[in-house]
Amino acid sequence: MSALSAATAIATRELARFVTQRERFLAALVRPLVWLFIFAAGFRAALGLSIIAPYKTYISYETYILPGLCAMILLFSGMQSSLSLVHDRENGAMRLMLTAPLPRWFMLGAKLLAGALVGLLQVAAFLVIAALFGLRVPVLGYLTALPALLLSALMLGALGLLLSARIRQLENFAGVMNFVIFPMFFCSSALYPIWKMQESSPLLAKLCEINPFTHAVELIRFALYGQLNLAALGWTALAAVVFFATALWGYEPARTRSS
Amino acid sequence: MSEAPALLVRGLSHDWGRKPTLRDVSFSVPRGRFCALLGPNGAGKSTLMSVLTGLIRPAPGVVEIASHDMARARRAALAEIGVVFQQPTLDLDRSVRANLRYFAALHGLGRKIADARIAEALERLGMAERADERLRALNGGHRRRMEIARALLHRPRLLLLDEPTVGLDAPARSAITDHVHQLARDGIAVLWATHLADELHPEDQVVLLHKGVVVTNGVVRDLVEDRSVTDWFTDAMESAA
Repeated sequence: MSALSAATAIATRELARFVTQRERFLAALVRPLVWLFIFAAGFRAALGLSIIAPYKTYISYETYILPGLCAMILLFSGMQSSLSLVHDRENGAMRLMLTAPLPRWFMLGAKLLAGALVGLLQVAAFLVIAALFGLRVPVLGYLTALPALLLSALMLGALGLLLSARIRQLENFAGVMNFVIFPMFFCSSALYPIWKMQESSPLLAKLCEINPFTHAVELIRFALYGQLNLAALGWTALAAVVFFATALWGYEPARTRSS
Repeated sequence: MSEAPALLVRGLSHDWGRKPTLRDVSFSVPRGRFCALLGPNGAGKSTLMSVLTGLIRPAPGVVEIASHDMARARRAALAEIGVVFQQPTLDLDRSVRANLRYFAALHGLGRKIADARIAEALERLGMAERADERLRALNGGHRRRMEIARALLHRPRLLLLDEPTVGLDAPARSAITDHVHQLARDGIAVLWATHLADELHPEDQVVLLHKGVVVTNGVVRDLVEDRSVTDWFTDAMESAA
């Protein structure tokens, strides 16, 4: 019961912070919409797509990148909440959380879940706007995508948590974001299918295949059409566990001498 | 049988890399006592506070809070501590009430109990009508008092304060020092880390820390003799150097 009230408080604080930062919400929405309506419009002619699973017919380029953009929102959101952790560490709020009488893994897990929920809200808003512009998936797909989106949000949030354990200052964060977000996003199946990449560079295609972000994108892509991509589920879940466990290790407190 | 001390530290040593920060530190603070952890900057006070709050994990048998070993029963030990960190730990863009509720929830208090205690604490601070104001609107003194009230919401037996008057003006500093002395008289054990000797009262216990070593541990009145506390502190630092 006490653990539940602590987790709820952490989630409420995260949501309240998100709601008060309207610019953050706006930026989170504008970014994928720019990709969807401007980038995709320009590139649809350049990138011919064959029929690949889970699609049953030829699809527009916008339809193809929709799951990738959902994952991109979660990637940015995960990094944003890791930024807030670095901020919390600098302003002392982290100490308050870590000196509460609850296990450290629980507190960080609650923080991770809260961040994931904020990410899901942003994806929901994005999908509503996309649907208003005629970019829709089967109605049931919105429901089946929910667990896939949650798991992806947790995996990417855990990556952010892992980074925040190592980054001590806000100033260093921008550099790390560039090193993480852009390679992860571009070296994935978010914007182009991996077979396309294979044509230009087998090495890059290999990198795309082992990128956990690719698996999150594919998990979401299949789930949006009511299908389960088991391999993507396994890799995404494994990455989530590894990232979270490593983050916990990073947050492990220093110890005093025993003698 | 005598009551277990609210805080017991036995043979605590800690290094930051190769540099020893704390060396064989031992002292205890009983219930109802105001204990000043006095030392110049760099004496190891903040490191000691980090160990006492579990942010640096002590070895078993080294730190006990109300008989709970910080290493073996961390959660039970933390439940007995209220902490005011040197750096304010407040969400300035949330209301006074929201900040207090957040802390209460982290300590597992249900909403009803939390709200009753928050109302009581704000009443005591004369801030009941400001409960829904954003913290940013409060001055430094009020924010500090609120942090102290927050640290007491879960009714701990030990209150730890790390240089709580830093950055406050003289009247606010004196008001907060008096307020916490009163809390000690009401029964809680207080460990107050400071480098300002004038914050001590004659009846306080003082643990003098210098380069990570406890140089003196006693009652201020007995130690200062006919000097002022500040003069005594200066003399003690000179002889320890």
